[in-house]
Amino acid sequence: MPPGISTSDFYYILPELVLTGGALLVLIADVLLPRGSKALAWVTLLAIGATIASLVPFGSTHVEVAHGLLAVDQFALFFKIVFLGAAALTVLMSVRYLEIEGASPGEYYFLILCATLGMMIMAGGIDLLTIFIGLETMAVSFYILAGFIKPNQRSNEAAVKYFLLGAFSLGILLYGMSIMYGLSGTTNLRTMATAFVGQERDPRLVLAVILVVAGLGFKIAAVPFHMWAPDVYEGAPTPVTAFLSVGSKAASFAMLLRIFLEGLPSMSADWRLMFEVLAIVTMTIGNLAALTQTNIKRMLAYSSIAHAGYILIGVVAGTPRGVAAMLIYLLIYAFMQLGAFTIIIIMRRQDVVGDELKDFSGLHIRHPFAAFAMLLFMLSLGGIPPTAGFMGKFWLFGAAIDAGYVRLAVIGVLNSAISLYYYIRLVVFMYLKPQGAGSPVTTSPSLGIALAVAVIGTIFLGVYPRLLFDLAEMSARTLGVAAVTAAIR
Amino acid sequence: MGQAIAFYTLAAFILGFAVLVVTTKDTVHSVLFLVLDFLFVAALYVLLDAPFLAVIQVLVYAGGIVVLYLFVVMLVNLKRPPEAHHDPHRRTKLGLFLAVAVLLELGAIAVYQTTRPVLSVPGAPMPVTGNTEQVGWLLYTSYLIPFEIASMLLLVAMIGAIVLAKREL
Repeated sequence: MPPGISTSDFYYILPELVLTGGALLVLIADVLLPRGSKALAWVTLLAIGATIASLVPFGSTHVEVAHGLLAVDQFALFFKIVFLGAAALTVLMSVRYLEIEGASPGEYYFLILCATLGMMIMAGGIDLLTIFIGLETMAVSFYILAGFIKPNQRSNEAAVKYFLLGAFSLGILLYGMSIMYGLSGTTNLRTMATAFVGQERDPRLVLAVILVVAGLGFKIAAVPFHMWAPDVYEGAPTPVTAFLSVGSKAASFAMLLRIFLEGLPSMSADWRLMFEVLAIVTMTIGNLAALTQTNIKRMLAYSSIAHAGYILIGVVAGTPRGVAAMLIYLLIYAFMQLGAFTIIIIMRRQDVVGDELKDFSGLHIRHPFAAFAMLLFMLSLGGIPPTAGFMGKFWLFGAAIDAGYVRLAVIGVLNSAISLYYYIRLVVFMYLKPQGAGSPVTTSPSLGIALAVAVIGTIFLGVYPRLLFDLAEMSARTLGVAAVTAAIR
Repeated sequence: MGQAIAFYTLAAFILGFAVLVVTTKDTVHSVLFLVLDFLFVAALYVLLDAPFLAVIQVLVYAGGIVVLYLFVVMLVNLKRPPEAHHDPHRRTKLGLFLAVAVLLELGAIAVYQTTRPVLSVPGAPMPVTGNTEQVGWLLYTSYLIPFEIASMLLLVAMIGAIVLAKREL
């Protein structure tokens, strides 16, 4: 007879409980607070802050909760901090944007918090069931958020496209998962790993791996499963795009690492090959497609696809160092990507949509700090020292070379060179073209805070990265990476 | 042997109906064949000793999903309305038949309820035997946390439906 769950299990899921409570509080506050009150954003930030505070007791915890459904370890902790940080920045970005678009903030903030909850479950899940439910919670929240600006047809289109392709990819993923369950008789990833030892050549298992790779490929927007990304990124409300490109991507990578490193280490020869091909194709196609874009959100969508390719290099390497490089890259990517989107939101004014390349003409005269910050984010995305983006790429490619994948590192460096073209083109528009039209560019206090955090993060991680790298490496080691390395050697 | 025969018979019906779903001209008929298809899949689950799954299959697929399909068929209105049927009393006859069937069913339940032996009231951890009990037991013990998260997922879906469907919030 299965034993029930104990009180201590509830202690370990305290952060999730706090976040859930916070989300419900936002819904209630929405009804109680006067219409148009900005206090709702602060309630949301308070909920996120309380959740971060409740993470503190679990700094060095390493346990399985509820009989192996969730793991509370440093790997999950690292991701949870990334998600919560990204959510907080997204809330800060959204205040003025929602006002301009005339959208109702209550449900919006609730959905942001629920998406974050789903991500936290995904990062902590070591059981296919938990991971899947976390993924669904996140995905459903994003489907709605993508279509949140209802009068905007592009937003509607984004929501429908994301929903249809998301549901489709989820089906593929679920099919793969069900085969994994059928072959091992368990949904727990760690039990599964031992059940699969010696089954490497089972064609059914290979099929399952292919299906799971394809399903996850959709989620991280890897080529050839990236078709939805540009349209959804362009059409969705800009803060949602920012959160989608950072949070959803990081959560999907967390899930990917859990499934492949903890559940399928014995199949690593197969999935390494698949991810290597995916990484090369994703980097190259993403960067080449970004070259011709004139819409900044679309350009950043393709750039985000390319970045998924870079991050996949860490999965291929599969070593603790590779995983640590992925974690740190996802954090760095969060700062620079959210920063770039903050600038796009600053450009959104009553009369200007502000996401076209030409809208950025002469920005350095109209708002020197915004132009400088955007310059910084573009250099960081392109991987120029001394920004954080450089350190991130340095470690990723270093880990690849370490694990014997020199060709991947070379292709990655070549791709970074290609990407500089379109990042620098935006800089050229900002600094060398005559001033564009429209009302003056201004920031609001909350946008200012978001921008400052992103700028500081991008510079700090570029100048003093050692501290975080050690943290990431420690987190990576809590994952069953040691087992993989042993299986490969 | 008997199980194999039952399986292949059911499988043949499932495939047959699936072919009919994609080949019939009338969309409504197509959806109705799909209902039959789902019901036979449910029978397959019964054969596999999974009655709970069978009930869920009927409730969710044959019930919920098909209603959704019928809504879509109705909204897009793919064909002109069918001509009136020849027999004007057809509907009355059908209604009468259904009413009698339901009445008989209710009567059967009433008779069964009064004649069956009284079950002992189950104590706290009752011996879990049946398939449905096992699913319920697992859901509220080992899998309580995913079950709770699913409740948040449903709340999100509900709020989402309101947000997307309501004109002005």
